[in-house]
Amino acid sequence: MAILTETPEGPLVLSVEQVEEIGRELDALRARVTADLGDRDREYIYRVIKAQRGLEIAGRGLLYLGFLPPFWLAGVAALSVSKILDNMEIGHNVMHGQWDWMREPTLNSRVFEWDTVCPADQWRHSHNYMHHTYTNILDMDRDIGYGILRVDEAQPWNPLRLGNPLYAFMLMVAFEWGVMGHDLEVENIVRGKKSWADVKTLLKGQSRKAGRQVLKDYVVFPALTGPLFLSTLAANFTANIVRNLWTFSIIFCGHFPSGVQTFTKEECAEETQGEWYVRQMLGSANIQGSKLFHVMSGNLSHQIEHHLFPDLPANRYPEMAPEVRALCEKHGLPYNTGGFAKQIGSVWGKLFKLALPPFLVKNSGEAGVIVMRQGQASEVGV
Amino acid sequence: MVGLLDLVQKTMTTPHPLDRYLELVRPTLTRRSMRAEITHVRRSAVGSVTLTLKPARQWSGHVAGQYVQIGVVIDGVRHTRCYSPVNAEGRRDRHIELTIKAHPHGLVSNHLHDNAIPGMVVDLEPAAGVFHLPASRPESVVLISGGSGITPVLSMLRTLANESYRGRILFLHYNRSPEFVAHREELEAIAMQHSNVRVEFRYPETQRDAGFGYDELEALAPWFADAQTYLCGPPGLMAAVRTVYEAEQLGPRLHSEEFTLTTAVVDPADAEGKVTFSGSGVVAENTGESLLEQAEAAGLTPEYGCRMGICFSCTAVKRSGCTRNLRTGELDSDPDQQIQICISAPVGDVDIAL
Ligand code: FES
Repeated sequence: MAILTETPEGPLVLSVEQVEEIGRELDALRARVTADLGDRDREYIYRVIKAQRGLEIAGRGLLYLGFLPPFWLAGVAALSVSKILDNMEIGHNVMHGQWDWMREPTLNSRVFEWDTVCPADQWRHSHNYMHHTYTNILDMDRDIGYGILRVDEAQPWNPLRLGNPLYAFMLMVAFEWGVMGHDLEVENIVRGKKSWADVKTLLKGQSRKAGRQVLKDYVVFPALTGPLFLSTLAANFTANIVRNLWTFSIIFCGHFPSGVQTFTKEECAEETQGEWYVRQMLGSANIQGSKLFHVMSGNLSHQIEHHLFPDLPANRYPEMAPEVRALCEKHGLPYNTGGFAKQIGSVWGKLFKLALPPFLVKNSGEAGVIVMRQGQASEVGV
Repeated sequence: MVGLLDLVQKTMTTPHPLDRYLELVRPTLTRRSMRAEITHVRRSAVGSVTLTLKPARQWSGHVAGQYVQIGVVIDGVRHTRCYSPVNAEGRRDRHIELTIKAHPHGLVSNHLHDNAIPGMVVDLEPAAGVFHLPASRPESVVLISGGSGITPVLSMLRTLANESYRGRILFLHYNRSPEFVAHREELEAIAMQHSNVRVEFRYPETQRDAGFGYDELEALAPWFADAQTYLCGPPGLMAAVRTVYEAEQLGPRLHSEEFTLTTAVVDPADAEGKVTFSGSGVVAENTGESLLEQAEAAGLTPEYGCRMGICFSCTAVKRSGCTRNLRTGELDSDPDQQIQICISAPVGDVDIAL
């Protein structure tokens, strides 16, 4: 049984009409924001890009003085922040098509590449399509555990699961490489569901992209600092790791803290738009924080809003959040949010707990929210 | 130089092209993408604005009659349009002059008419188009234009005048009334200075001038059968001129450029017309469904993912026509736009590159 959303009064039942109304209200919210997009949003994304490029150049420059520890640290910090901005508030969001409406060839979801080893086109498939369409549906959304981790009680336990926290730690440190391998579906190859021939083109793309990234960070820039080769190499390596730790943490807070609900294929067959919205809300979790925190997380701290409107510019999520929250409250739906410490703590707690065989840990119990389906009023979330 | 640029992009700035850094310093500093700065803005004729553009160093000039594509940002959205430079070719200061008429539905032309100021930077594509004077000049030349179709032929006239061209030239222009004719005084001055140039204006709406016809042409340029004729204007004028030239079996001597009016706003409920999948050469009757469904019904297998407008897997280029976003109801009639075919339905005739 999945870990399910809890409400104080036991499971909440949403009627067909309620689900429809939620759908209508969210559609209306989307329409209001879409109609309002303009210069303000454009200025925002270009400000972020400017900051990112500036930090990148500053970081590379500071490393010429990398023999002085404060400069080395400042260089690492600038590069880390630059890579985080590039991957999150810029890359992730641009590749979602959030900025396609600007018709800016350089910020188009189809052509944008980001500063990480995973090729953009592969990520768009595994993330934009697979994950965002089938969010939290077991055996459909490969982001549930990424094929390595047990993050949901519905995933069967076996002795190998004892290593769950260790696997998670390794994935965190090497996160960009994990993201790169995501579309390969290695576990499906191992199980014989996918052949090596299927993944040949994927591998080609990966080695090309990763090759350039490695060349840039671990050969060219270190070499350009001459005698400081090793110092710069270490700095670039550190910046990449810092980015990995951060992106892993933010992303895991999006769907794995306690209180997040998962679904089965049967429950989600023939979904209406309203039901789809409800699933997105129940399957995502937010993180509270300052404005800077939201920018640094690519606004994935507003994971709920992002999952409802993955193609709307992320800078709009903060102002949409109160409305989404009010809508949840109106219908008694949970709105999963909390500070970073609480959410990430809950994620790691789960990773440890689910490492253990089910008979040792208390089951989380019943469905928090049951959605009455059109037609036969079947249940979702049980 | 290009080799060095590539090397830098492949090793140092990857995955972003070098231009993405340079443009943050100054928009015209880019090496691959070309930009131009507006240096002068003049509003002379009613409803028109004349802009002088200083292109970045990549600009290699235009041939009289060709067009350029410029891109401007309006409400955060980049729009591109084609205009023919009106200046003579081979201008020594390498500037371009564009005369733009504000159309009632012309988003870009209206915007430039109202807002263009010196210092503004626009995107610029290299000059293109086969509607231009041949390198070895014809024996004599007839230039016919209507409305804002004047721009390419004006460039031709100015070029020939600059070159002290000896052959006969007829410049025949149709418009609503004299104050709408951009560069009218200059045109008259050219006619005064060059005895071989005849400039004629016709205003069929206000005077009792008739539209274009054989008699008119014969009266103004009895030698027209020996000339090369260049024509640009609204569809009515184009048809009238073509009829005369075809009747005279002078089709090969007539060169014309389609004068594209901004597509009129269409009724969204309109599920008529044809959907052309130009990539595969399939044409189907518009059923009003999403383009993805219509493509599949026509036997094509376009790429898709979510089928609900969130993943952008289904993006395809709409070459022409008007589409309606099924989610927002928004209409889009700009040519060459990327659209999500799972949530776009054609309104009237649409050409999609699938
Ligand atoms: S198929 Fe996902 S946006 Fe069209």
